[in-house]
Amino acid sequence: MNSIRALIVDDSSVMRKIVERSLNQAGIKLAEVLEAGNGAEALAVLQASKVDLILCDINMPVMDGLEFIKQLGSVENAKGVPVVMITTEGSEAHVVQALSSGARGYIRKPFTQEQIRERVLPILAGQT
Amino acid sequence: MNTATESHVTDEHKDWIPLLDLATREVFQMMMSSELGLLDTGTEPNMDITSMVGLAGRLCGMLSVRCTQKLGALIASKMLGTDPDSNGPEVADACGEVANMVAGNFKNKISGLNDGCMLSVPTVVTGRDYSLRSLADYPALEVRLQLEGMPIVVLLEIHS
Repeated sequence: MNSIRALIVDDSSVMRKIVERSLNQAGIKLAEVLEAGNGAEALAVLQASKVDLILCDINMPVMDGLEFIKQLGSVENAKGVPVVMITTEGSEAHVVQALSSGARGYIRKPFTQEQIRERVLPILAGQT
Repeated sequence: MNTATESHVTDEHKDWIPLLDLATREVFQMMMSSELGLLDTGTEPNMDITSMVGLAGRLCGMLSVRCTQKLGALIASKMLGTDPDSNGPEVADACGEVANMVAGNFKNKISGLNDGCMLSVPTVVTGRDYSLRSLADYPALEVRLQLEGMPIVVLLEIHS
């Protein structure tokens, strides 16, 4: 697998670092990691940069993850980019809402390395 | 053996104590590869960090996680793989995330609660010279644990 550019969206800088480390430990080669603290920041990042993968929290101030996914369609750089939600919100309603809005995967916090590997690698390989 | 304070807990919520205990232990196992142990009864440590997450909807209330600054630094170092002596902003951030994950993991374990209960973003208070009052309708559920000998206390205050 080639190196990828990832955008990690979470209001916690600690969690952004954990997700980055988890991707590394899952064997995903990261050419660059971009970060945003909420959905609005992430949209601004995507106006200027192209990425291969977006990992996004749901509960965030300013713009939450579900609103962010809804608005992604209007960003040229984001078209076709897979989004994986990583969140404490594990309700069926949230999962359905996220997936129906275009998310390709859903990982609940707390998570294991295996869960990151199992959910993200197939998406990057185009299997889901 | 149960790790929680049960004496004032209503029957309605008593069954939730083991789930709160499990939810907390799982966060430390999965995110820090760390096993929490039981906190000795009667230990009343001075806690410097209180991380809080509000719950709204089918369950209203507040979940708080209290620990010492030293344990907060250890938690941050385990989550980030950094120096355990750090005293930077990542300590509060890490403790807030722990409270967030414990709250989310806890509600995910209760049938019928997950779909109707939302979490707030975490708030973290540091220091000791303050009092905290929640307008709870029920006695709080408390789980008292320790990591490397340092206490961590999880409190769930339920409004209605």
